[in-house]
Amino acid sequence: MIYLLLFWTFFKIGAFSFGGGLAMIAPVQAEMEYYGWMSTDEFANIIAVSQITPGPIAVNTATYVGIKTAGFMGGLCATLGVSMPALIIMTLIGHFYKQYKDSVLFISVLALLKPVTLALIASAVVIVARTAFVSGNNYIAVPESINLGIDLVNIILSNFNLIPIIFCLVMIPLVLKFKLHPVLVIALSAVFGLIFL
Amino acid sequence: MKTGINALLDIFITFFKIGSFTIGGGLAMIPLIERETVQNKGWIKEEEISDVISLCQSVPGVIAINISIFIGYRRAGLIGAFFAALGVILPSFLIIMLLSNILLKNYSNPYVQQIFAGAKVGVTALLAAVLIKLSRQIIKDAYSFTVAFCAFASVIVFGVHPFVVIGVGIILGIIYYNVFILGKVK
Repeated sequence: MIYLLLFWTFFKIGAFSFGGGLAMIAPVQAEMEYYGWMSTDEFANIIAVSQITPGPIAVNTATYVGIKTAGFMGGLCATLGVSMPALIIMTLIGHFYKQYKDSVLFISVLALLKPVTLALIASAVVIVARTAFVSGNNYIAVPESINLGIDLVNIILSNFNLIPIIFCLVMIPLVLKFKLHPVLVIALSAVFGLIFL
Repeated sequence: MKTGINALLDIFITFFKIGSFTIGGGLAMIPLIERETVQNKGWIKEEEISDVISLCQSVPGVIAINISIFIGYRRAGLIGAFFAALGVILPSFLIIMLLSNILLKNYSNPYVQQIFAGAKVGVTALLAAVLIKLSRQIIKDAYSFTVAFCAFASVIVFGVHPFVVIGVGIILGIIYYNVFILGKVK
């Protein structure tokens, strides 16, 4: 039953995500690949759409995947699924707020999870970068025997697109330094895509 | 606690507004949630909101939904939580519903392909910028670096499912707490 499966998959994603939407990208990608619901390339497009539309990335993704897989009802089930853990967990916390707030075990375990969250965001960067920089399919072709040196350069040149890599390396410090708005960054990148890609 | 239909509508409309006007994911919503619920509505006290936000960021779930539910629950109990969640989710649901129809129809259009090819480069830059900013805050000692590095390598190099990595992280956290923090207290 596809509706139930969508609900359950996004329920897991909602329940297991610590640290917000960007840390959710890697788990969502793993689940989409497992069920074959959406290619990584298409998922990267949805992340781009989420950056320029209102709302949490997780909800945007759930809605899109649900609709694509099983129409309107699918979108509804996936969105309900991703939101339900928050409703359960937060209602419990709202109820037990006073006791919960000072629970040392709870707080220290969550503090220790922060590096894991960071690793998941780093994984998200690699996942999206693969779709943006690797030419052709998303697999890096490596010849059978490698002589380090000249071959390594060849491997890089034949697998990676250099122009987008350069554009990205220019954008990162601009985003960090001038706090460019995501909409502006995506708009500039779209224009870049129309001209150079 | 107010549970009249007007109070519930007020909760719904406030969070619908928050859901409609924040672009760039859940974290971008936090300042608007603060302004609407603390300054405009007075639903949560100024000194309490930062605690609520950090709590909602550390428990599982979509951060913006977590905060909305917490405030809705405080305001009008379970039904308030429901209306708050509905309000904050609905705008993004409706917009993606409209967009997905357009997107799925025009996916193979060469211009659309070019726009997305570019946009993905922009997303990479945005994510990398967040990663750099967060790693300055989170990577403080050998422990945090080792955990982050091992978790990253497990996911990207060895293809371990991220859920497994999070689960191991929680277990390690419990062990660390029992051995180092409880041990010191004794």
